[in-house]
Amino acid sequence: MSEVDVTTGGRLLDVEDLHVEFRTRDGVAKVLNGVSYHVDAGETLAVLGESGSGKSVTAQTVMGILDTPPGHVTGGRIRYGGEDLLQATEERRRLLRGDSMAMIFQDALSALNPVYTVGFQIAEQLRTRRGMSRKDATARAVELLDMVKIPNAKQRVKEFPHQFSGGMRQRAMIAMSLALDPQLLIADEPTTALDVTVQAQIMDLLDELRRERGMGLILITHDLGVVAEVADRIVVMYAGRIVESADAHGLYARPGHPYTEGLMRSIPRLDLAGQDLATIEGLPPNLMRIPSGCPFHPRCPRAADPCRDTVPEQHDLGAGRTSACHFAEELIKSE
Amino acid sequence: MTEPTASSPTTEDTQAPPAPEQAAPAGSYSAGTSARPAEAEKPRGLWGDAWHDLVRRPMFLVASVIILVLLAMVAFPQLFTSVDPNHADLLKSREGPSAEAWFGYDLQGRDIFSRTVHGARASVIVGLLATLGTVLIGSVVGILSGYYGGWVDNLLSRFSEIFLGLPFVLGAIVILTTFNSPQEIPSGTRVIMQVVTSIAVLSWPIAMRIMRSAAIAAKQQDYVKAARALGATPRRIILRHMLPNCLAPVLVYATIALGGFIGAEATLSYLGLGLKFPVVSWGVMISDSREFIQASPHLLLFPAGFLVVTVLAFVMLGDAVRDALDPKQK
Repeated sequence: MSEVDVTTGGRLLDVEDLHVEFRTRDGVAKVLNGVSYHVDAGETLAVLGESGSGKSVTAQTVMGILDTPPGHVTGGRIRYGGEDLLQATEERRRLLRGDSMAMIFQDALSALNPVYTVGFQIAEQLRTRRGMSRKDATARAVELLDMVKIPNAKQRVKEFPHQFSGGMRQRAMIAMSLALDPQLLIADEPTTALDVTVQAQIMDLLDELRRERGMGLILITHDLGVVAEVADRIVVMYAGRIVESADAHGLYARPGHPYTEGLMRSIPRLDLAGQDLATIEGLPPNLMRIPSGCPFHPRCPRAADPCRDTVPEQHDLGAGRTSACHFAEELIKSE
Repeated sequence: MTEPTASSPTTEDTQAPPAPEQAAPAGSYSAGTSARPAEAEKPRGLWGDAWHDLVRRPMFLVASVIILVLLAMVAFPQLFTSVDPNHADLLKSREGPSAEAWFGYDLQGRDIFSRTVHGARASVIVGLLATLGTVLIGSVVGILSGYYGGWVDNLLSRFSEIFLGLPFVLGAIVILTTFNSPQEIPSGTRVIMQVVTSIAVLSWPIAMRIMRSAAIAAKQQDYVKAARALGATPRRIILRHMLPNCLAPVLVYATIALGGFIGAEATLSYLGLGLKFPVVSWGVMISDSREFIQASPHLLLFPAGFLVVTVLAFVMLGDAVRDALDPKQK
């Protein structure tokens, strides 16, 4: 379907300067303010950020499933294998969905249709998109459930989503999204609704599938622990902007933005047991009234005069790292 | 005498045990594997669950029995009475109930029991068709409105409100008098279709609103997003993913409304606008009785009683279905 050559690990997705706003009755919320990131084939990109930072909106815009209204794309480009998706027809984008790019959701129970069996839902796309017979499609659904390590797949294919446990549902969801062999998988907080042991299993599964298939994986999360394990590169989002972009090791070793620094510090640590947990003071900004200058400055411990009126550029920190902070260079050299 | 009785159990003891012993492990073994319980308790979907729940509700069972009897009356009135409902014997005018005619005779000397039984057909057909029309128009408009939102929704909602704003009886009077001059006597099927149409035209906005709100709720669900993310066409999303999940509230409304529409038919017939002679319906009978309610109450009571029980049965059925389909009330 798509012209992307997976074997070379070439550029799969390129999001450039994406702007999205939500037009509501109360006013216009600027949800994305120039988001840029890219994913190569076979690579895991983690998108980190608080609720409301625009992680999911970016993903939905890439998929083309943003609800319009209220969401409107007001600028930027989304290139998939060189093709600008924002210029493509709705029909073309629909054909890309599922086939070239797929998405899994946070709560697999609500993402699976309660009135159909799991097998039916997986087989449905194979029948409509690949013209497979009901029998072949169901057989393929069993294989897919096997692939995501659901035990007794032959039996479970006939069951309804509510009969699956949380982890199994998420596995079924993964099987469903991979049915048409997409090259890009967007996982929107795939483990948030699961308990910790299952989280690890699902992350391992996603990582394994990515390696086997050489697909690009965008992992949206606010869980720094999850990211550390599987991400190749990380982008950190705040108030609809990318504030930092770095390789996973570099980011953990030395954050290049005060916000990232704050996030790292608020991870509970055993060696600091008993002490108060460090937090980032304040709340994320109201997207209808984003502060002037650096949107993070009201909460930033390092805020100085330029932060209040000048929006920071992306500072190149070398080794493919960037940070949108006026003091990025000093920050990275300190300590 | 003691010998054979004593010996027969012993022979049974020696011979019978092997069989249960063979059976027991096999039974317990297969019960231990996952295949057996899965067979015993087949996975049920939303509708299967609801059915399982329904057959345990006395209200549902009572309502179903009444409705089944009613449907039998509609399909085979001959089973219940052999008297011609239009056979008039003026000598028996307004005679009270007797062994010969259980419900007595009406003004024209026609057998009321026979007329009540035969009247079920017109009443129920009007109710069913009007419900079908209401649900069809309402669901199609409602789901489109809920799925597309925006100006489509605005347009369709405002359009439906025009119909919602018309008072039911007044609207029906206008429609029925427009299409029928009071002098002519239209044919039975034509007048039935006119009554059905006027009920459906004036009632669909309610079904539309229910469907629209269900569709808006379903559209927010992740499974609709997921279907979109997998590249399903709008048609498929609406028909395959939203409709089955939106149907329950409309179905509940339909069941309750069915009773109401049978009542509406009676109202229109009573006003002389709905069904007319030669069609027999409960509404026509109630209408015929209006001048003799004090003198001969049986003219009113029997058809009205059937009407009330029928409406009640459908309302009860609707209630039971709603309870069974609503997971929050479990």
